[in-house]
Amino acid sequence: MKNRVVITGLGIVAPNGVGLDAFTNAIKNGISGIAHDAELERLKFSCQIAGTPTISEALKRKYFTELELRNFNSTGILYGVMAGLDAWKDAGLSIDINDNPDWDSGTIFGTGTSGIEKFRESIYKIDDLQTRRLGSTAVAQTMNSGVSAYLGGKLGLGNQVTTNSSACTTGTESIMMGFERIQQGKAKRMLVGSTSDSGPYIWGGFDAMKVCTFKHNQSPENGSRPMSASASGFVPSSGAGALVIEDLESAIARGARIYGEILGGNINSGGQRGEGTMTAPNSVAVQKCIVDALADANVKAEAIDYINGHLTATSKDALEIKNWSEALNRKGTDFPYINSLKSMVGHCLSAAGSIETVATVLQLYNGFIFPSINCDDLHPEISECVAVEKIPHQLIEKELNVVIKASFGFGDVNGCLILKKYAIN
Amino acid sequence: MNREEIIEKLKPIVEPFVNDEEAFANLTDKTNFITDLNINSANLVDIILDVEDAFSIVIDNESMEKMTDIENTIAIIQTKQAEK
Repeated sequence: MKNRVVITGLGIVAPNGVGLDAFTNAIKNGISGIAHDAELERLKFSCQIAGTPTISEALKRKYFTELELRNFNSTGILYGVMAGLDAWKDAGLSIDINDNPDWDSGTIFGTGTSGIEKFRESIYKIDDLQTRRLGSTAVAQTMNSGVSAYLGGKLGLGNQVTTNSSACTTGTESIMMGFERIQQGKAKRMLVGSTSDSGPYIWGGFDAMKVCTFKHNQSPENGSRPMSASASGFVPSSGAGALVIEDLESAIARGARIYGEILGGNINSGGQRGEGTMTAPNSVAVQKCIVDALADANVKAEAIDYINGHLTATSKDALEIKNWSEALNRKGTDFPYINSLKSMVGHCLSAAGSIETVATVLQLYNGFIFPSINCDDLHPEISECVAVEKIPHQLIEKELNVVIKASFGFGDVNGCLILKKYAIN
Repeated sequence: MNREEIIEKLKPIVEPFVNDEEAFANLTDKTNFITDLNINSANLVDIILDVEDAFSIVIDNESMEKMTDIENTIAIIQTKQAEK
């Protein structure tokens, strides 16, 4: 029999709030974290707005030593370590230094790329024949597993310590992978989540593809418009989300607060077949992912109270809604509540899935649905599928029982999770 | 530069990497960076880069391998300064 898996800790570093209190307040009040970015303007990006978490030098020093911060400029590792350690503490777990590794605890902490500023700096040095002057941390900051390696060391994790990578599905996938590991009894507790670097060198490729909006450089807070008829591309952003998940018995034994239970989920790919490509989703696979997640969780589609969409603010939003509607076989007033966190934080890329899952868990645990901003002019193809009152423009206080979260990424990859309010039986 | 001058300049470079404060307070010629000061061996390259900047010298790979204690470090700095 598989172990039941519950969520006991959350950590968040988002453009509209660093830490659970600031973030919860921001999402309840529809506060945008999108701002004009002077560096993107200087570099003549088409899209000159972005989402970057605000972190003071003093705050950094609560997570890193002076020595660790020498020549340190990997924003992704910074965000990931902050969110990860916060989740660990939020779960009531100790961050004291022990002599022995904690064999029962591990981490799967994803990212798309690591330390891209450090990578750029290193390449310039190498080309300038200064390889010997790269310093001792160029590898740790630029290896993809840098974030999980830093976390593993700070927490003394002795179970699996790794980094997954699957574009915008990364965060959702990390939770699913940790969930399965605990289900199988291979770990008691996993720190899961994902992070993404900030800055022009991570966002430039998307700008070149013309998938980011260039219409809101003067009105940043209105720039990210998921589900809107006037959506014109996503707003690039960054940050990290983290969750401590653990087997139910272990959580109960140590008297942990339980935010919710992970009932199941699914990870698949459309194989870049049919309508699927490197950059476009295969709807057959998207719907299959949702249907298979329901089956894995043993939940009926009609039980879903709320959907946390992927909904990036590109032309694909209407297709995503159609896929949800068909996969769940629900539409109009029967469609579950749905919103998009990206309306406030932009597209956090490899961090999106975990940041959005943290937002999902906060709604499930506290009983609210945050407003999806910037979609007063709902896309007509979306209003055909969903009754307007199911897409909140204002905070709704409401008890939620079963919720679903999905992410879709480049490479035609999909991830879907089903979470349930935990009830003491 | 004499020994004392070099040590005075060396101390603030080494200090951030030290994990044994007592050994650092009682520094002698024989003090070893790794076994006495408990410095992470990966950080030795950072110390060497800072030494190069502070003393305006370049330390070659062969000398680098020998820079494991205070005595050798002083000798190498003096040699490199004399070569300039």
